[in-house]
Amino acid sequence: MKTLLMIGCSVCLLVCSSTLALAAGTIKIGALFSVTGPPAFLGEPERNTAKMVVDGINRAGGIRGQKVELIAYDTVGDPTKAVQMATRLIKDDHVVAIIGPSTTGETMAVIPVVERAHVPLISCAAGSKITDPVKHYVFKTAQNDGLAVAKIYDYLQRHRQQRVAILTVSDGFGASGREQLKALAPRYGIRLVVDDTYGPKDTDMTSQLTRIRASQAQALIVWGTNPGPAVIARNARQLGFRLPIYMSHGVSSKKFIALAGSAAEGLKLPSGKVIVADALPKKDPQKNALLAFVKGYQHQYRQEGDHFGGHAWDAVMLLKGAIERGGATPAAIRDALERTRNFHGIGGTFNYSAADHAGLTKDAFIMVEVRNRGWVIAN
Amino acid sequence: MRRGLLNYLLVAVCILLAPLFFSGSYLLNVLVFAGINTMLAVALNLLVGYAGQISLGHAAFFGLGAYLSGVLTTTYGWDPWLTMPVAALSVGILAFIVGFPILKLKGHYLAMATLGLGIIVYIVFNEWVDVTGGPSGLSGIPNLHLGTLVFDGDRRNYYLVWSCALCCMLLSCNLANSRLGRAFRAIHDAEVAARVLGVNARLLKVQVFALSAAVCALAGSLYAHVMTFIEPATFGFNTSVELLTMVVIGGLGSTYGPFLGALLLTLLPEFLRVMRDYDIVFYGGMLMVMTIFLPGGLVRGIPGLWHKPLALRRAKGDAADA
Amino acid sequence: MDFGTQLLQYLLSGLSTGAIYALIGIGFSIVYHAIGIINFAQGEFVMLGGMVTLFLLQSLHLPLWAAIPLAVLLASLAGLVFERLAIRPLRKAPPLSLVIVTIGGSILIRGLAMVIWGNDTHRLPSFSGDDPITVAGATLLPQHLWIFGITIALIILNKWFFSHTISGKAMRACSYNPRAAGLVGIDVRRMTMFAFMISAAMGALAGIIAAPLTMTSYDVGIMLGLKGFCAAIIGGMSSGLATVVGGLVLGVLESLGAGLISSGYKDAIAFVILLLILLLRPQGLFGRPESERV
Repeated sequence: MKTLLMIGCSVCLLVCSSTLALAAGTIKIGALFSVTGPPAFLGEPERNTAKMVVDGINRAGGIRGQKVELIAYDTVGDPTKAVQMATRLIKDDHVVAIIGPSTTGETMAVIPVVERAHVPLISCAAGSKITDPVKHYVFKTAQNDGLAVAKIYDYLQRHRQQRVAILTVSDGFGASGREQLKALAPRYGIRLVVDDTYGPKDTDMTSQLTRIRASQAQALIVWGTNPGPAVIARNARQLGFRLPIYMSHGVSSKKFIALAGSAAEGLKLPSGKVIVADALPKKDPQKNALLAFVKGYQHQYRQEGDHFGGHAWDAVMLLKGAIERGGATPAAIRDALERTRNFHGIGGTFNYSAADHAGLTKDAFIMVEVRNRGWVIAN
Repeated sequence: MRRGLLNYLLVAVCILLAPLFFSGSYLLNVLVFAGINTMLAVALNLLVGYAGQISLGHAAFFGLGAYLSGVLTTTYGWDPWLTMPVAALSVGILAFIVGFPILKLKGHYLAMATLGLGIIVYIVFNEWVDVTGGPSGLSGIPNLHLGTLVFDGDRRNYYLVWSCALCCMLLSCNLANSRLGRAFRAIHDAEVAARVLGVNARLLKVQVFALSAAVCALAGSLYAHVMTFIEPATFGFNTSVELLTMVVIGGLGSTYGPFLGALLLTLLPEFLRVMRDYDIVFYGGMLMVMTIFLPGGLVRGIPGLWHKPLALRRAKGDAADA
Repeated sequence: MDFGTQLLQYLLSGLSTGAIYALIGIGFSIVYHAIGIINFAQGEFVMLGGMVTLFLLQSLHLPLWAAIPLAVLLASLAGLVFERLAIRPLRKAPPLSLVIVTIGGSILIRGLAMVIWGNDTHRLPSFSGDDPITVAGATLLPQHLWIFGITIALIILNKWFFSHTISGKAMRACSYNPRAAGLVGIDVRRMTMFAFMISAAMGALAGIIAAPLTMTSYDVGIMLGLKGFCAAIIGGMSSGLATVVGGLVLGVLESLGAGLISSGYKDAIAFVILLLILLLRPQGLFGRPESERV
C-alpha cells in the first residue's frame, strides 16, 4: 500500500515539475471539452476549433508577443470528471483562464471551483442558468436556449400559428428547451396544446406524432440533438404529417440532413449564422469571422465547421481580445472580458457587461430551412 | 484479530498522511472522489462479496442518497448534517422493503431484477422534473460546515470523505469477523447447508442489502455536498457496473479489496492519459481478464497467480471428463 | 383522425418494435437454454449487425444483398470468439462470475466498435424505398413489412431447426440435461458454441432490419439488449412463440404508453413489467409454474 502511494506521489511530482518548467513565457489557457462520451458531438468540434484558433494565433506571433499554450482535457460529459479536470487546470497547470465545458451540467459543476479559485471561465454550453444570476468569473458564448425559442416564436407569430405542440428530448438540452418554450409562450400569444417528450435513445416516435396529429396543433416544435429529431422527421413523413415542423439549433449541421434524408426537406430551424455563411449579405458584421472559421475548419479538418465549434472560436477570440486589452492575469482577463463590446464572432455580436455575462440577443439566430439537402435562409 | 487491527491502522495512517504528498495538486481532488467510490465499493462488497448476492442497481441507492440530500437542502432548506442520516435511514428502510421480494431471486435473475430497479429509479430522477430538476440537474447544494469551517476546499473534503470511508472499512472489517459475517459467508458458500444449521438466510440477505444501500446513500449525500451539483446521468447503469468492477478487481469478499479497486479505477485514468480513447476497451477487457484469470481479485489473486497454471490444467482435465 | 385509427397506428408501431425485441429475446433464451446463463453481451450483437453492415456498404462498397448475410456471418463469428474466449474458461464458475464476464464482454465489444467506427449515429438505407403504405388510415413503411416478414421467417426457421434437425434436437437435449446428452454422444461444448453463434446471428439480423428505421451507433446495444431480455422474461425464457408474444406485448405496451399516457416513463414500463414478472410469475406470462428459478 505504502509503496503504491509513494509511486503515486513521485509520478505526480514529476508531472508537476515538468509542467512548471514549460510555463515561462507562454500564456496558458485551459480547455474542458467532452471530446468523448455522449456530448462528443459538441466537444469534438469545440476542441478542434480551439486548437485551430490557438495555432493560428501563435503563427501570427501570439498575443502581445507571447505564445499561447492550450491545455485541453476530455471530460467525457461527466460533471465529476469536469470538476477534477478544472481543478487540474487551476492547480497543476496554472492556467489564466478556462474555456468550456461543453454541457450545462458540467458547467454548473465547475462554477464553484473557478469562483473559489478566481479564474475566469468561458463556458461553451447553452443553459441560461449558467449566467443567470451572474457569477463574477463565469461567462458564456453559446446562445441561450431562450433566444432560439424567441426566434421560433417570433416566426410563428408572423405566420399566425398560435396553437403549438412541443416534443422535447428528456436530456439536459431538451429539458432546458422545454422550460424556455413553456416560459416564453404567453409573451408571444402562443398556446401549447401538446407538451410531450421522448427519450434520447428512443427509436420510434410515431406514437407521440400520432397523438400530436390528432390534436389541434398548427405547428410542431421538436427540441433535441441527433439522432432523435432525424427519427422524428422520418416518422412524420411516414405518417403523412402536414403540420409545419420546427427543429432546434441542436441539429443545425449537415449530419442531421444526412440522417433524416429526404424527410428533412422543408423543416425550419433557428441556427447560428455559420451554416449559411456564404449566403449572408456583405454588410453583415459577422461575415468575415464566419468565413474565416468555415474556411479554416474545412482546410484543417476536411469537415464542415458547425456552430458548436463556433462557441470555442468565440471563447478563444474573446480571451485573446481581453488579454490584449488587459494583460495575462486571471483578474485582468475577467475585468477586460466584462468590458467586451461589439465583438463580432461566430455565435453573434457579443456585448458583455456587469449585468450580462451571456452577451447576445436573439439576432444571433437566423431562421433557416432545409432545401435540396442544404440550408437556405427562411423568410 | 490483532493483526487485522494493525493492518487497519496502517491503512488509516497512510490515508491520513497522503494529502501531505498531494497538496497543491488536483490529485487530491481526484482522491476525494476515490474516497466516495471506496465507500460505495465497500458497501457493495458487503452484499456481493460477503453475502454472495449480485446487484446491478446500486447506483440507484447512491443517487437516492444524493437526491434526498440535494432536494431537502435546496428546496426545503434543511441543515445538510440533518439530511445525511435521514437519507441513509430512509434509503436503508426502502431497500429493506424492496429487498424482501427481490432477494428471493438468484443469480442471473437477481442481476436482472436489480438492474431493472436501478433503471426505474434513474428514469424517475430524469422525469420527475419538478422535484429533481430533471436532466438539467440540481445545482446550488450547500457544502457541509462545522461552525465557521466550511467543507469547500479539496483538503477539507478529503478528510471529511475519507474519515467516512475509514468508518465504512472498519464496519466491513468488524462485520466480516463477527457471527453475522460468518453467517454471510455460510450463505455465500452453501445456502442450503446454512439454512439447515439454523441461519435465517433470507432475513440476513435482506439486512445486508439494506445496510449496503444505506452506506451507498450516505456516500451519495457526501457526493452531493462535495460537488454541490448533481445530475441523473451520474447514477445510471454505467455507475452500477463501474462499482461492481471495482469490487471484482479489488477482490470480492475481502476487506481491503474494494478499497484497492476503487482507488485503482479512480486514479488509473489519470496516469494512463495516453490511452484515453481506449479506456472503455481497457475497462471491459480488464473486467473479463480479471474474472477469468484472477477470480479472487488483486488482493488475493496476485499471490495465487503462481498456482494458476496448475489449477487450469486440473480444470481442463475436469472439463474433458464431462 | 379518429381514435380507432390512432389506436391502429399505435398498434402497428408497437408490433414492429416488438418484433425486434422478440428476435433479441429469442437470442437470449437460446443461450440460456444451452448453458443456463444470461448473456449480457447479447445487445452488442444487435449493434454489430447494424454497424458491420454499414461498414461493408460504405467502406467496401458491397451491395446491400451481399452486405447483410456477410454481416450476419461476421456477427456469428464474433459470437463464436466470445464463447471461446470468455465463456468456455468459466464453464464451472459461479453465476456471479458469468454475469460479470458477459458484462465485461459487452463493454469490450462496445468499446471496440467505438474505437473502430467512431461515436456518430448512422442510418442504413431502407431495403425498398421510403414511400409510406396506408392501411385503414394508419401508415407503414416498406421497411416495417421487411421487419414483420423476416421475423416470421426466422421464427419458423427456428422452430423447424429445434424440432426437426439433428443439431437442433441435440441442442435441446443439452438444455434438458447436459450430462445425459454427453453420455449419448452429443458434443456438449460444440452445441454451446452453436447456441452462441445462432443467438449472435439472430441479434445481428434484428439489428440490421431495424437500423434503416431506428438508426444505429456504437451504443444502441444496451437498451435493445435490455428490452429483448424483458421480452424473454415475459415469455418465460422459452425459445419459441412465448418469447415472440412477450416481445410483441412489450412493444405494443410501450407504444400505447407513449401515445396515451406519458412518453417520459415509457422505458420504465418495460422494467416495471420485468420486475413484476420476475417477482410474481417467474415462469413467464404463459408458462406453467416451475420452482427451479425461485
